[in-house]
Amino acid sequence: MSKIVRTMANILILFVLTFSLYIIMHGHLTPGGGFQGGAVFASGIALLIVAFGSDNIHKSLKEHHLSILESSGALIFIGLAFGGLATVFFYNFLVGSPIFGHIPPAGPNSGDLWTGGVIPFMNLAVGLKVLAGLSAILLVMALATTTMEVEE
Amino acid sequence: MRKFAMVASLSIFIAFLIAAAFLIHPFGYPPSEMDDYIIENTQNETGANNAVTAVVFDYRGFDTLGEATILFTAVTGVVMLFRRKKREK
Amino acid sequence: MTEGIPFNVPFLAVAALIGIAFYIIVSQRNMIKLVLGLSILASGVNLFLITLGYRKGGIAPIYTHAPEGIMVLPVPQALTLTSIVIAVATLALMLSMVVHIYRHTGSTDSEKSRIMKG
Repeated sequence: MSKIVRTMANILILFVLTFSLYIIMHGHLTPGGGFQGGAVFASGIALLIVAFGSDNIHKSLKEHHLSILESSGALIFIGLAFGGLATVFFYNFLVGSPIFGHIPPAGPNSGDLWTGGVIPFMNLAVGLKVLAGLSAILLVMALATTTMEVEE
Repeated sequence: MRKFAMVASLSIFIAFLIAAAFLIHPFGYPPSEMDDYIIENTQNETGANNAVTAVVFDYRGFDTLGEATILFTAVTGVVMLFRRKKREK
Repeated sequence: MTEGIPFNVPFLAVAALIGIAFYIIVSQRNMIKLVLGLSILASGVNLFLITLGYRKGGIAPIYTHAPEGIMVLPVPQALTLTSIVIAVATLALMLSMVVHIYRHTGSTDSEKSRIMKG
């Protein structure tokens, strides 16, 4: 791609990454959450692949690293689900405790970040999983359809 | 013969769809006992301001677990289909 | 049925989308058009889920800086989130299989790629 496209992709990728992490972290206060933030991050990776070519991106971002990220996201999600097993599976055991345990006032309010119980951690886990999964799909399909010819 | 069977079955199916669109509840006034309870009690039971995120991760966490499994299986299938064999030269 | 038959335009739009999707799936032979028909079917079902939970004059079910008004139902929106992610996953898997079949048999016609004959 031309010089203008590569320069603008270099600048815009920072804003896209920050925006996607903001959507993931504030999932319990504003619209958004894990799935939406992961999809925004994957579209940032799509911008990089289109601007620089999939061979250049494959030199530094291999599927092996993305597989580790996705597996760790899934394991954190299941570990948090087992954390409240004293009452029931998937119990919100952090409401009322000092970590992320404030109760917001009833009705419309300004939004306090330290509320939500176990929901912010679950947002992070699902965000990691969706981010790594959709980026792996994009990378593998872009590599396979540009570097190999029709066999037999 | 095949075209006639296709047109007949498709027209019966679309007739049922349009009949269902007329017999459903009026648009804008849904029946809602469960959702009234969820809107009342989200803030003091889960502590989140966002009722949709509370439903996805707290009141219905099992659906999110199943959906995470589906995403994991689909990514595994795609990466496996595009692997390159190492050729002995 | 005592207050008359309601004329709901959004539900008729859903019926039109699902009908068009089924017509595409039944009558087309090219594999990529079949995949697109399945994608339109998924979009029609997602639209149906969201329009089930609308309350007239409602606002979003979020309490942060919320304006005055009655809230729409949050459960159909949560189900639609899951459904959209599942549609993306199945679309990716179907398209990879179409690429593989094209490399193996050389054409995208679904009648020419039947392996089990007779």
